[in-house]
Amino acid sequence: MSFLDLDERLFELDKLVEFTASPITDVKDIPEVDVGIVEGAVCNDEQEHVLRTMRRQCKLLIALGDCAITGNIPAIRNRFKLAEVVSRGYVETESSQIGEIPNDPGIPKLLHRVRPIQEIVRVDVHIPGCPPEADAIWHALTELLAGRRPQWNETNMRYD
Amino acid sequence: MNAKTITINPVTRIEGHAKITIHLDEAGEVSDTRFHVVEFRGFEKFCEGRYFGEMPQITARICGICPVSHLLASAKACDAILGVAIPRPARLLRELMHMGQLAQSHALSFFHLSAPDLLLGYDSDPKLRNVIGLIALHPDIARRGIRLRKFGQEVIQRVAGRKIHPDFTVAGGVNKVLKISERDQMLSELPEARENARFALELLKGYQHHHREEIDGFADFDSSFMGLVQPDGSLEHYDGKLRFCDGFGNILQDQLNPASYLEILAEATEPWSYLKFPFIKAQGYPEGIYRVGPLARLNVASKITTPRANAALKEWRAEGWRIRTSSFYYHSARLVEIVYALERIEQLLNDPDITGTDILVTAEPSRPEGVGVIEAPRGTLIHHYWVDESGRVEKVNLIVATGHNNLAMNRGVLAVAKKYVKARQLQEGMLNRVEAVIRCYDPCLSCSTHAVGQMPLQIELIDADGVTLECLQRVE
Ligand code: SF4
Repeated sequence: MSFLDLDERLFELDKLVEFTASPITDVKDIPEVDVGIVEGAVCNDEQEHVLRTMRRQCKLLIALGDCAITGNIPAIRNRFKLAEVVSRGYVETESSQIGEIPNDPGIPKLLHRVRPIQEIVRVDVHIPGCPPEADAIWHALTELLAGRRPQWNETNMRYD
Repeated sequence: MNAKTITINPVTRIEGHAKITIHLDEAGEVSDTRFHVVEFRGFEKFCEGRYFGEMPQITARICGICPVSHLLASAKACDAILGVAIPRPARLLRELMHMGQLAQSHALSFFHLSAPDLLLGYDSDPKLRNVIGLIALHPDIARRGIRLRKFGQEVIQRVAGRKIHPDFTVAGGVNKVLKISERDQMLSELPEARENARFALELLKGYQHHHREEIDGFADFDSSFMGLVQPDGSLEHYDGKLRFCDGFGNILQDQLNPASYLEILAEATEPWSYLKFPFIKAQGYPEGIYRVGPLARLNVASKITTPRANAALKEWRAEGWRIRTSSFYYHSARLVEIVYALERIEQLLNDPDITGTDILVTAEPSRPEGVGVIEAPRGTLIHHYWVDESGRVEKVNLIVATGHNNLAMNRGVLAVAKKYVKARQLQEGMLNRVEAVIRCYDPCLSCSTHAVGQMPLQIELIDADGVTLECLQRVE
């Protein structure tokens, strides 16, 4: 979302890079690319699989945002047992009336612990923030395009 | 030919992660479909033990697309726990931020996610069929969309201090006064936004004119509709009472207190989706199917309080329809709501209280529970907390907009798959139409399962014995 806050800079970015698989495009498989960007913490086995695939396909992997870097809010669930969390979610809530906890093989299995991505794969560049400001994303991408490693200091790294 | 299942995975150009499976019978005809939401986070549990005042900031992280909705519903639940009515300037500022979000979220849904289908065609090259392709092929349209969304985001930033996850709404009010210079800046930017919204409305009207038949029959089915309205039945997003109408526009229930949602709605679960299925209790499951969001709001509303949007609504109805039931009309309803949001922003900015400094009441928690309900861009959003005497959260219940539409999205996917998917000569464009149903509802799947979206929707072909024979990834 913050990525789209690049607004008109998307026009410029479009000239510099080629977008492949992403939530805003219809390419469904991850091809071999130079740069991959991952946001969010890893909550289930499918995400873990996608993450490992991305690591294989991307020369450089970016962790975008605090969830990817630390687990952030989603990782609060690690204070509870998974069974308690799903039971509250699907059976105990005051509005729950019919049915049980989803368990079809067609949906991913939830991990017992929510994990930041660097617990699972090697990460090359971190863009912190919840979410990182569009300026921070722009800074990281343009630095990489210029062949430099993005550096964070008090002007481009702020939380508010 | 053996029966098969087609999988679309991931479904793209939606918010969040999902897949669709299409089940075929022995004859190779579509027999059933499922829209699987594949993420879950568990806010209902892990918020237990937090201080209630933290809830707006925690629950905002349910969603990066409409965090403002969660901030508002959560802050309203907190106000209820304090047992206070917030000061008028705070109430106006919250609504102003909400209208900024309505404009940005709807602009995103229309221009960034759905317009590529409409302007480039459902069957066009999947590599170009996205907002980046739009930038290349229709730069003027793309630029207008981007600028309209940006306007909405900047309203949020000016009012709340930050575009995404601002800490502005707090129990009892808000924490930042609007400067006169900020107000004037927004007023000066309004004309361009208005022009871009008008442009979008015309663009869609033209499209509708040329595709009438396909549109009227696109995922068209019977259901009830639910939304908040003002006391006189006008469109409302921040406050108001619940109204239900049936598929013909007859009002079934009106002016229900949203805090009593538990008497009206209940939820079911299915083993194959992490997203629950709310239904109208009195009608049972799954007969109690209802829809929320832009289309539902326009269907239940008697009128709109602002002139341009009301004229657009009238024009819609002048064609002899009291309400619309085809899912495609979510797009048109969204654009009418952008027009409304911009008009409402102007009204709010011109209210002398908007720069008022009386923005917060302080109080101790005095009620054991609080319910906060608003109309988020995607529909009715319900936050319900129970707290102990010190304000520590004991229990949480959330029903989010996309959840209410779960039964409807499943029904819509089935209807469109039956109509368009020919398994013998399967083509990419057929599957894209199935995904397009989902895009009508603009689901925020990260919200609905309280999950962080990583990758979007996937479609799968399954046999009569339930074996996945083919998993069609739509990629070269
Ligand atoms: S905005 Fe915050 S909560 Fe959302 S994915 Fe990014 S880091 Fe996580």
